[in-house]
Amino acid sequence: MTYQRPNFRHPDLPQNKIGFYRKDYEGALSTLCAGCGHDSISGAIIQACYEMAIEPHRLAKLSGIGCSSKTPAYFLGNSHGFNSVHGRMPSVATGAVMANKDLLYLGVSGDGDTASIGMGQFVHAIRRNLNILYIVMNNGCYGLTKGQDSATADQGSINKSGVENSFQGIDLIGLGLELGATFLARSFSGDKSQLIPLIKAGLSHPGFALIDVISPCVTFNNNVGSTKSYDYTREHIEATGSIDLVPYKSEITHSQIDGTTQIITLHDESSIQVHKLSQDWDPTSKISAYNKMHEAKTVKEILTGLIYIDTESKDLHSVLKTSKKPLNALTESDLCPGNDALAKICAGMR
Amino acid sequence: MIDLKGINDVVIRFATVNGTGSASANNMFAKAVYKMGVPVTPKNIFPSNIQGLPTWYEVRVSEKGYLGRREGIDILVAVNAQSFAKDVQSVRSGGYLMYDSTKLLADEDKRPDIHYIGIPMMEMCIAHYNDARTHLLMKNVIYVGALAALLGMEISVFENLIQEQFKKKEKLIPGNIQALHLGVDYALKNYSLLPYKIERRDLIGDRILIEGNNACGLGALFAGATVGSWYPITPSTSVMNAFEKWCYKFRVDPETGEHKFAIIQAEDELAAMGMVLGANWNGARSFTATSGPGVSLMSEFLGLSYFAEIPAVLIDVQRGGPSTGMPTRTQQSDLMIAAYASHGDTKHVLLFPSNPKECFDMTADAFDFAERYQTAILIMTDLDLGMNDHLSDPLQWDDSRMYKRGKVLTAVELESMKSFGRYQDVDGDGIPYRTIPGTHPTKGSYFTRGSSKDENAKYTEESEAYVRNVDRLAKKWLTIQKEIYPPEITINDKGSKKGLIFFGTSSYAAIEAIDLLAENGLHFNAMRLKAFPFTKEVLEFIDNHDEIYVIEQNRDAQCRTILITELNINPSKLKSVLNYDGFPITAQFISEKIITNR
Ligand SMILES: Cc1ncc(C[n+]2csc(CCOP(=O)(O)OP(=O)(O)O)c2C)c(N)n1
Ligand code: SF4
Ligand SMILES: [Mg+2]
Repeated sequence: MTYQRPNFRHPDLPQNKIGFYRKDYEGALSTLCAGCGHDSISGAIIQACYEMAIEPHRLAKLSGIGCSSKTPAYFLGNSHGFNSVHGRMPSVATGAVMANKDLLYLGVSGDGDTASIGMGQFVHAIRRNLNILYIVMNNGCYGLTKGQDSATADQGSINKSGVENSFQGIDLIGLGLELGATFLARSFSGDKSQLIPLIKAGLSHPGFALIDVISPCVTFNNNVGSTKSYDYTREHIEATGSIDLVPYKSEITHSQIDGTTQIITLHDESSIQVHKLSQDWDPTSKISAYNKMHEAKTVKEILTGLIYIDTESKDLHSVLKTSKKPLNALTESDLCPGNDALAKICAGMR
Repeated sequence: MIDLKGINDVVIRFATVNGTGSASANNMFAKAVYKMGVPVTPKNIFPSNIQGLPTWYEVRVSEKGYLGRREGIDILVAVNAQSFAKDVQSVRSGGYLMYDSTKLLADEDKRPDIHYIGIPMMEMCIAHYNDARTHLLMKNVIYVGALAALLGMEISVFENLIQEQFKKKEKLIPGNIQALHLGVDYALKNYSLLPYKIERRDLIGDRILIEGNNACGLGALFAGATVGSWYPITPSTSVMNAFEKWCYKFRVDPETGEHKFAIIQAEDELAAMGMVLGANWNGARSFTATSGPGVSLMSEFLGLSYFAEIPAVLIDVQRGGPSTGMPTRTQQSDLMIAAYASHGDTKHVLLFPSNPKECFDMTADAFDFAERYQTAILIMTDLDLGMNDHLSDPLQWDDSRMYKRGKVLTAVELESMKSFGRYQDVDGDGIPYRTIPGTHPTKGSYFTRGSSKDENAKYTEESEAYVRNVDRLAKKWLTIQKEIYPPEITINDKGSKKGLIFFGTSSYAAIEAIDLLAENGLHFNAMRLKAFPFTKEVLEFIDNHDEIYVIEQNRDAQCRTILITELNINPSKLKSVLNYDGFPITAQFISEKIITNR
């Protein structure tokens, strides 16, 4: 296929290996509040896709409703997007993924969109191991409806009006582990060096990849006493380590490897290098992930990084044995049995 | 005693217990009538329960070819102890009751105005078969044999059906044939033939017996649906079951085992509809099937389909409402919610099949319509049509037919275009062009959303842009109105100003009612609605008649309401005939209502 590249080029930024500039992965100007964590996540998505040299039209982005769910308008402007209804992005994504197995799918949601109204669809998408990277921009509140507590707000967190949240917060990663999710990570909008490789790994994962990103709402939940504020998050973050996604057949840079590096080989023979801060855990082990999470919880630390990965993940398409050719590319000759077959069927009803 | 009789004109009801194997015996009886070339209409009347509650199976035999229900039970086979007393009372005066005479009749079950045919079913079972399960099963075959004999039917037809049914379990054939003859012999030895007879005719032609839900499933298969998602609900479940069955037969690659379909049992109807939208947005034909409660849940997504202009096909197999209502009884009571599902100014295209062939054709067409109009198409069938066998013209497919995918731009087309605006009315028909994700690296991508947008799919809260967009949607609706199915109009009497309006499964009874009314000197013309929006012929018919009845199976005259509001009709012009007891409407009911209300 031939097409015209836009004439304007930013002189400083290089093309990626398929000839696109970073700009080609940007979207419309954001209309979110200045300083909103969500914008930083959009930036990380742009950077990750640019570095991975994804053809923009080979990725589809989907979201629900909320400030967070608006962000797909602000990144990957050359990709198709679907801003669905509140809490229902997982089902729309399921249909989309079924229709065409050849695209990459990126779902963006908020903590309200996912953990309240959309909880039903969210857990079922995990159960089915839908092939999608699902990012929750988690600010502990409903930004778009002016800051009400969400279901991920921690018990004891104090909101902008000074009211203490008395309910249990839902831990999406803990829930994901319980449900058998095959890729679980947590990150912070303010830590791009950790987030970008996680996004790359999540997009490469064949199955449901969840990244729960703490993403402070500067307008409604960044006050003293809130456990989802920038300050609180920075003070309580505990990284499991950092990761690098090493694409298939590229050299592993030995200088990075030391005693705490674990190399996880993925289905397509690319690999993830995990540079762990401590040697005593293994992100391919569920038990290890459980323990690490509980330890962090008891000392009120926010555990970030790659928390669990199942390297044997089988996505929904493999389970349903769908054809190699995407379902949306099948035609009359593939699909319609024809009138002779119909006549035979009718003969059986006489 | 009243003297009833008839050749090939009889209604027989079987009162049985569900889960006892009676269904297949009862089916065999209806199939035998069919095999003898006589029109037959069977109806399942069943509870919302799996085992142990009363079920009925009603068979109408009609030489004249009427396919609706008929009132008055001529013969009742009563083998359910639980409902026996009530069943006895349901036989029409002068009718016949066949029962298991192993046990004596109680005095209160003896009616002086009906005939009793006692067959010692259980006694014979115990004498000839060993275990309890076989007793239960063979009892059914015994009453079928006895009934067939007393109606003068060809017993060889039943023998053939038994051979066919147990082709793969040959061991069972002799026992079943023996049971059949036990019934036949006992009946002929102890009773004389009934004044009702079923005689061989040649009135079936090439028609088949098929359930509407199966025909819908086949329609989706032939139309190239690849993604089916659903949440189980009576009476729609067998639509997706049928689709799945036919997919396994025709869409599994024999070499690789690959599936050219994906069926997902969703977590609820919201998700089912979401998946349908996601798949259609991404270029695959996708559908779901549900019933009233599911339509309620799908409303938000139906609004998204309308406003974001995403194709969808929804088969609504209607049941008795409101709320959980009567899950195993039939109604046409989802019209209003289906036509206007979701908030805001929203409207949906409805198709009204009235027989299995139309279930097939309309389901297949629905996929073309959904893609041409980029909106949801709802097929309004019901429990009566979906879950009963109907005598239907055979299904046909034109092998030269290509799927009409509507205004979808290819990469080549995008390449040669100056600009693409997803919601631009390029052709002046209100239908914009769409693109499928993954088509072109830099052209044609856009952001699909349920919020207001301009012609280029950009979010906007500007009043002018919003109004332009919703006005274009109204224009699209007018295009649909011009192109969708016109009604089927039957002018029986050119001079008559009397008209009946009906749709879907009310049609069988309405057509018969026209004959009954004519016998009373009332000559009605008929209009069978096939789709909403209503084409111009609908208004013309109403304008050309001055005594009009709208026949429907709901309490609130929903179709009449839609006709009045959409076509701006004076309400006094449209009278109603309404049946909403959960049983399929009958011709007698219609003609009596009209005659007494004139
Ligand atoms: C059915 C429905 N109910 C309520 C709303 C109103 N609403 C819009 S966004 C939102 C909450 C969003 O919270 P979250 O997902 O956390 O996103 P954030 O704005 O915090 O990024 C609500 C309740 C809606 N759009 N639809
Ligand atoms: S309200 Fe909060 S979540 Fe929404 S844009 Fe502003 S800062 Fe971000
Ligand atoms: Mg939020």
